[in-house]
Amino acid sequence: MDMPQPSRAVLSRRDQIVTGLRALLPADAVINDPTETRAYECDALSAYRCPPLAVVLPRTTDEVAATLRFCHENRVPVVPRGAGTSLSGGSMPTADAVVLGVARMNAVLETDYDNRFIRVQSGRTNLSVTGAVEAEGFFYAPDPSSQLACAIAGNVAMNSGGAHCLKYGVTTNNLLGVTMVTMDGTVVELGGPWAETAGLDLLGVVCGSEGQLGVVTEATLRILPKPEGARPVLVGFASNEIAGACVSDIIKAGILPVAIEFMDRPCIRACEAFARAGYPDCEALLIIEVEGSEAEITEQLARIKAIALSHDPVEFREAADEEQAKRIWLGRKSAFGAMGQINDYMCLDGTIPVSALPQVLRRIGELSRAYGLEVGNVFHAGDGNMHPLILYNANTPGQLETCEALGAEILKLCVEVGGCLTGEHGVGIEKRDLMGVQYDPADLEAQMRVKDVFDPRWLLNPAKVFPLDASATRRTG
Amino acid sequence: MRPRSEVELSEAIRAAVGPLAIMGGGTRRLGTDAGLVLETGGLAGVRLYEPGALTLVAGAGTPLAEVERLLAGERQRLAFEPPDLRGLMGREGVSTIGGVAAEGASGPRRVQAGGCRDAMLGVRFVDGRGEVVKNGGRVMKNVTGYDLVKLVAGSRGALGVITEISLKVQAVPETEVTLISETSGPEVLQAALRTPFDISGAASTKGHALLRIEGLAGSVAYRAGALKATLKGDWREVDGAESAAIWRDVRDVAEFAGRSGAVWRLVVKPTAAEGIVARLRAEAPVEALYDWGGGLVWLLTDAEAQVRETVGSDGHATLVRALPGMKQPLLPPEAPAVAALTARLRAEFDPRGLFAQGAA
Repeated sequence: MDMPQPSRAVLSRRDQIVTGLRALLPADAVINDPTETRAYECDALSAYRCPPLAVVLPRTTDEVAATLRFCHENRVPVVPRGAGTSLSGGSMPTADAVVLGVARMNAVLETDYDNRFIRVQSGRTNLSVTGAVEAEGFFYAPDPSSQLACAIAGNVAMNSGGAHCLKYGVTTNNLLGVTMVTMDGTVVELGGPWAETAGLDLLGVVCGSEGQLGVVTEATLRILPKPEGARPVLVGFASNEIAGACVSDIIKAGILPVAIEFMDRPCIRACEAFARAGYPDCEALLIIEVEGSEAEITEQLARIKAIALSHDPVEFREAADEEQAKRIWLGRKSAFGAMGQINDYMCLDGTIPVSALPQVLRRIGELSRAYGLEVGNVFHAGDGNMHPLILYNANTPGQLETCEALGAEILKLCVEVGGCLTGEHGVGIEKRDLMGVQYDPADLEAQMRVKDVFDPRWLLNPAKVFPLDASATRRTG
Repeated sequence: MRPRSEVELSEAIRAAVGPLAIMGGGTRRLGTDAGLVLETGGLAGVRLYEPGALTLVAGAGTPLAEVERLLAGERQRLAFEPPDLRGLMGREGVSTIGGVAAEGASGPRRVQAGGCRDAMLGVRFVDGRGEVVKNGGRVMKNVTGYDLVKLVAGSRGALGVITEISLKVQAVPETEVTLISETSGPEVLQAALRTPFDISGAASTKGHALLRIEGLAGSVAYRAGALKATLKGDWREVDGAESAAIWRDVRDVAEFAGRSGAVWRLVVKPTAAEGIVARLRAEAPVEALYDWGGGLVWLLTDAEAQVRETVGSDGHATLVRALPGMKQPLLPPEAPAVAALTARLRAEFDPRGLFAQGAA
């Protein structure tokens, strides 16, 4: 993975740039001590690191605007950062960049239950949005697994998903409006506490643009009344094919579980060894969760049971009480920790059409053997979003590279069967150079023209998303 | 012009010397289009339908009715229930899936299942430079690159000609029930939407409140009972075809079809809806139909009503059907910073201004 050479012109003005930022912002908002900027050298894709030129931590939209205007005038690249939990390197800096972190902007600005929205500053964490409304019986639906730590700013930038998006959609389906600052310091209001826009849906393209079009400082989010209850069942199968067919039949039957999670044998074994959740020893396992009142849950689970039993499961396990429900989720929720216990791992994030599931899992098994690295699969089966976990040893020279090569093969496979490179983690730097697998040059050109409009100088998070050679003339121009 | 392929369409756009009027079935455009008519009927046909994956891919010129027929055969449907505005607009013609996508046409179920944009998983389009562009795909979760699908959805052809759309579809629930209260108005809709009973339609017409519940039979019965116990007023229930007919009329704004007057479509903060209508009524006769729990208001007015001034900062208003002599733009004006970005996007994708008519 390459990053562009830092601009000498910027590095040579390092002191002037820091002095200029200090003149615009409160004293504690600008950090340039190397021992402190190190904390910002990477995000959750921690294999790649680079301390930035400086870090700015504003408290208001005006301070964000002042920072961006200054950096625009001085042609300094800016890397926006939420909570730094990106798995794709979305907030990894370069040596010539100012990191603009919104973590201090975490206030709730407005809650409105009759109109079912909350307006927050973008540094607020995902889970604390729900925390602000749950006393009134509401919740914010997108629930990425980093929800305790991740910020709404990053959720908007990456269009984050989660385990429950089968029913509730991802960030873009739950985002009503933003206050955003473009690279030249202009403050733009997009959307608002109403359903949709009449003009071009700029909000729609900003969501998921990985911090390349603007810095979101406030967000208006749809909140939903919390369902009365939820309960999972666990079903074990003798093959991936049968589990896949069961998923497809449940969806076709018109039952809408909030989650259908899938684990394959390597993953089941690792989880079992780690968490001892008492999972059956089988080839494939589904956890299906439904919501509603007690009677509604019973009704839905009866339908699911009938469908599951028609597929000859090795086990169908219901939860009689809260404790048993927790045990069903226990293994799944510790899957990443379990795999990490065995070795270092790389978590992929491709999406495939649900129908291609058995074929893709078979091929991943073949690739795993060919590359000599074990792969466990855990994923959101209802929407086809896979998370193959490739195990490797970072201390063995060459294994990271082998792992990345295997990862690239698996993602190419996802695209080949009609899916995509990333379902919820984003492109960042991690999948940047694979974009040509999914998109033709004209497709990428169309996307880059959108960036030309919002950030003509290509200063905002410039070396991400697009293959470096495709964006080269724009970044230097 | 009626291109039969993306290649032909691309050549036609590259060769164009003046404005083009993109035409699906011509059933839902705003105003009248000037320019050389460019029909999408040659780009028709369902390319892929996987009921088990809830996915359908169709050429833009595919008639909406054909898509709906195919889905119905598997007991599936478009969750966003696109309105049929022929009656309201006084038009004939065959609505196409491309027209639905270009308008972002969304019906009553938007409050629960999202709008057209939310169901659009991928698009192919040919922009004003003649470039064939694809974006998104046919899977539910996809954050690979920028989401141009959202930008194209509802853009009214301002950036290019949509040639293919992939859509997320939904199973038809086994039961639907509508609760009707003749003593409650729009004010009860927001209270209903605050409950956990998963309402899939919340409308008010002729002073009646309408709430729709869909799902498994037992669940629907439970929620209908729970809602009646929670909300004030007298409620009666209708189900099946009778319920479906009510929502078809709400969706298509049937109440205003064939009536004279200007028609406005307001998208507003739901609790602001009644106040806006009351302030307008103080000045001029106005009829109102509320959908989306008050978030969508259809107005039938005379030419003088100060609609946009009254909506103010609570949302926006589109003039869907103007009266002769009305001077207002059909689409609501945008704030300067937004208008500047929109204008630059249009210039990037359509540098020669071929689709200038597209956004009315």
